[in-house]
Amino acid sequence: MTQVAANMAGTVFKVLVQPGDSIAAGQDLIVLESMKMEVPIAAESAGKVVEVKVNVGDFVNDGDIVVVLDN
Amino acid sequence: MKKVLIANRGEIARRIIRTCQAQGVATVAIYSDADKDMPFVREADEAVHIGPPPVPHSYLNVEAILAAAKSCQADAIHPGYGLLSENEAFARRVTEEGIVFIGPTPEVIGQMGDKLTARRIMQKAGVPVVPGGDTPLDNADEAANMAASIGYPVMLKASAGGGGIGMQICQSEEELRQAFQSARGRAKAYFGNDAMYVEKYVDRPHHIEVQIAGDQTGHVIHLLERECSIQRRHQKVLEESPSPFLDEATRNALCDAAVLAGKAVGYTGVGTVEFIVDSQMNFYFLEMNTRLQVEHPVTEEMIGLDLVAMQLEIAQGQPLSISQEDVRAKRHAIELRVYAEDPVSFLPSPGTISLYQAPVMEHVRIDDGVETGTKVTPFYDPMIAKVIASGATRDEAILRAREAMQQFLITGIKTNIPFLQEVLEDDRFIAGEYTTWFIQERKPKSTI
Repeated sequence: MTQVAANMAGTVFKVLVQPGDSIAAGQDLIVLESMKMEVPIAAESAGKVVEVKVNVGDFVNDGDIVVVLDN
Repeated sequence: MKKVLIANRGEIARRIIRTCQAQGVATVAIYSDADKDMPFVREADEAVHIGPPPVPHSYLNVEAILAAAKSCQADAIHPGYGLLSENEAFARRVTEEGIVFIGPTPEVIGQMGDKLTARRIMQKAGVPVVPGGDTPLDNADEAANMAASIGYPVMLKASAGGGGIGMQICQSEEELRQAFQSARGRAKAYFGNDAMYVEKYVDRPHHIEVQIAGDQTGHVIHLLERECSIQRRHQKVLEESPSPFLDEATRNALCDAAVLAGKAVGYTGVGTVEFIVDSQMNFYFLEMNTRLQVEHPVTEEMIGLDLVAMQLEIAQGQPLSISQEDVRAKRHAIELRVYAEDPVSFLPSPGTISLYQAPVMEHVRIDDGVETGTKVTPFYDPMIAKVIASGATRDEAILRAREAMQQFLITGIKTNIPFLQEVLEDDRFIAGEYTTWFIQERKPKSTI
């Protein structure tokens, strides 16, 4: 299992994947929005989405787990 | 003018309040839920709650702002920068309500907001513009034809864009064709206007702008230039004046061109004419910002003027109180923008400031919007403070800026202060030899 964490504090702007999706390394999973900037969070390795821990509009802190992957 | 409503927030609201207080003008702040404890809300004579944190519901909510102005009987509105400051419809609505809009006319805001219209007006007035097309391009074929006539690389731009948003460098016809549809779609989505055009791409340019001021009798003067080439993501990080790059002849020609630009549109108020300047010192009109600029304190500290006071005078119909002959650089000034962001990745870093201690030094001015305990929210711009250091020489100003940055203490959030300190120690910066590529060329991996 790999836990994907937010790299900055902000609001979840878009959720691009759902549980069960197969994803490639480098694929964007979530887009965060903070201070007028959209920042995508990408998977570092390929795998399957086990859990998406956030919804659009949620506030996350730097380091919060947003997606769990099964490699 | 007895009471001014400030349709803005943070450091600029505070800075406008300072001049209004000095002039005996009452101030009204507006604020969102997220900003209720901010210093600017407390320091204004009155404060009106305007809505929830997201800007469409608060600082961009035209009707709520007008209602606040009327309920407080404000006779003028100062838009600050960003937000509604360059919104033609807002300026018009304010004027229709019988309230003075502190800025140029709605017509001028509209003309300069449309980059293609601005290009045409400037070209006609004899202000040099970047070689390129003057009509919107309807499809990739038209774009390719235009690009072929000016030569690659080209910059594909959205007419309604600005401040670096909605533009893309294209090295070849293939890249241009690939980029055209998606860039056009983005322009439609972001600006509600998909008019596109292409310009010659100027490699490794300087970004130099000229401060102008025009009164209601048609008198326009310049207040010299600001060198703004140190940028990340097309956003300025450090500005200085005078520019260490320009020679005297180019400086004069550039400032004269800016006055010509101001006269071409009958500019009233303070404004900024932005140019790109290539390595041979050829300069081209880029855009005109019809408002107070973030970096206006550089000019104030260099010349010894209060630009907000000038805005108030012009808005009240008074003639300019200084003539062109009085304008000269008295000091060298450098502004550093402190952002709530990671100093390496430049990613935003909102949070609560646990300790805030700004330097207190002679010839170091701090324009800030926060204090210990302020919650820096993700809803607004990451800029929290500006440090403006000046000196009799550029070297003196740099030394003072270094000391100020060393003394600046902010904990609880990440800031770009370590990055600003590195810039002040950089050999190319010290030599005054840098272009808009400064940050990229410095650390290719850390730029986004």
